[in-house]
Amino acid sequence: MPDPALPQRNWLKANRQRVAPWVFLAPAIVFFVIYVIAPIFQSMWFSFYAWDGLGEKEWVGMANYVELFDDDRFYTSLKNNIIWLVLYLLAVPAGLMVALFLNQNIAGMRFYKSMFFFPFVFSQVVVGLIFTWFYNPSFGIVGKVWEFFGASAPSILGDERFVTYGIIFAGLWPQIAYCMILYLTGLNNVSSDQIEAGRLDGARGFRMLRHVILPQLWPATFLAIVVTVIGALRSFDMIAIMTQGGPYGTSNVLSYFMFEQALSEYGFRMGYGSAIAVILFFIMLIFISYFLWVMYQDEKR
Amino acid sequence: MFPTPIESKSIARQRLYKLMVPLVLFVWLLPLIAVFMTSIRPVSDINSGNVFGWPSQFQMLENYAAVFQRSQALMYFWNSIKITVPTVMISVSLACLAGYALSIYRFRGSLTLFFIFVAGNFVPFQILMVPVRNLSVSAGLYDTVTGLVLFHAAFQTGFCTLFMRNFIKALPFDLIESARIEGIGEFKIFWHIVLPLVRPAVAALSVLVFTFVWNDFFWATVLTQGEASKPITAGVRALNGQFVSQWHLVSAASLLAAVPPVALFFLMQRHFISGLTLGAVK
Repeated sequence: MPDPALPQRNWLKANRQRVAPWVFLAPAIVFFVIYVIAPIFQSMWFSFYAWDGLGEKEWVGMANYVELFDDDRFYTSLKNNIIWLVLYLLAVPAGLMVALFLNQNIAGMRFYKSMFFFPFVFSQVVVGLIFTWFYNPSFGIVGKVWEFFGASAPSILGDERFVTYGIIFAGLWPQIAYCMILYLTGLNNVSSDQIEAGRLDGARGFRMLRHVILPQLWPATFLAIVVTVIGALRSFDMIAIMTQGGPYGTSNVLSYFMFEQALSEYGFRMGYGSAIAVILFFIMLIFISYFLWVMYQDEKR
Repeated sequence: MFPTPIESKSIARQRLYKLMVPLVLFVWLLPLIAVFMTSIRPVSDINSGNVFGWPSQFQMLENYAAVFQRSQALMYFWNSIKITVPTVMISVSLACLAGYALSIYRFRGSLTLFFIFVAGNFVPFQILMVPVRNLSVSAGLYDTVTGLVLFHAAFQTGFCTLFMRNFIKALPFDLIESARIEGIGEFKIFWHIVLPLVRPAVAALSVLVFTFVWNDFFWATVLTQGEASKPITAGVRALNGQFVSQWHLVSAASLLAAVPPVALFFLMQRHFISGLTLGAVK
């Protein structure tokens, strides 16, 4: 009698190369689908409902979006997101500048470089607390400096005009450190032949940087832009720690506004929150698509 | 080397540079130094406005001990460890398997799948928030360490797979090819040939994922409620509320929260940096 398991085993053997990758991938795919992929679509679905997270969901169609586009807080948050994005990108040239400054071989340079990188290792909660204290008008350093010049210190985090810039400034601290380390690693790998060739052609200083060095640093620049853009749009922790969106919602961004609507003491508006999340998702998708497109061009080569 | 090595400049320029570096570093770390100084002061200094100057008394041990005595800091710490360590193990293991599959085998959709992992890594947390919270509530995982571990492990798998796949792709393919010709099974190739070679990648990912998860605040806020499963980041925030205007304690607690990632960074700097640069910048 033939073994009934035999044909199956032969099939497996013959198709081993085709089955194996899926076996290897299965655990990662299962995890990723449950916790990342499916929730994206569920959120989109929830955004058409009014729901407090406990009771029955009520279908409201586009009502959440209509309300959102008529909500001043939404525009404040969106505007702040744009400010974050633009100013946060300053971390890229600033990181390059610090890296150029530190790219020397003097005694103890390794130590200096790690100390400059230090702020990145802290959680944003800690950075937020450090700067909340730093900015404090009555006993923070900023207040003391003002006092020294005989002026009364402004309350940076309490003033609508300064608050967003104050938080971004704090956020730039670790982000510049990250960009710096990307550039330091990149500079390590710049081909010295090309620098020599550039020198022979009479390129020096800024011209050398622009025409010889920067093109070779493109992988570092690209990565720095990716992490900075994503970081800017994800900014949440520091706002939660430093101002909770205040004063009067003037330092809100979409990520915090969403959280506030869906999960805070002001009520559980899961549907409305989801609608905000969907908008934020599509804004980020524009950047993600561009990043993936660049990576795809790289893969084809 | 660019910029021109300072050694080729005049002695005066060299001296100036050697003076500038520590000076700039001091300004760069000023916020941190200020907080550290606050954390070792007696409370009377802060109240009397002595925040810049020399502490009237060094109270480092007292202040740091007070954080542990007067709050749940020790439990928050332990929770952070219980969340972070399993997350690192799960996500790095899953990524080894997935990265191997995506780099060694040629099959339809492999690149698409890879890009889905990469893209998922970049999405805003808020688009996941409500469904992940609901899932955790209905699975009985809300406000538990396990709930946080499972989510973090899944999310970090995206980043880890990106890194692992690129790392394995750069390995010599002949090795695998010749093993196949000798009839070695696919899993054995993975286990005995590839895994020993990816050790540096495993080290880099472990350090990074540890830091990312340790420093997470958002998910700690969304997926926990009580004290029992709160990690140190959320804990520090709670302390901030508890120790209102006791800045010497708040700053001590903040600095304590940063100790494990900082220690890991100094111990495994090379791996840390190779992870951050994604291997894309060699």
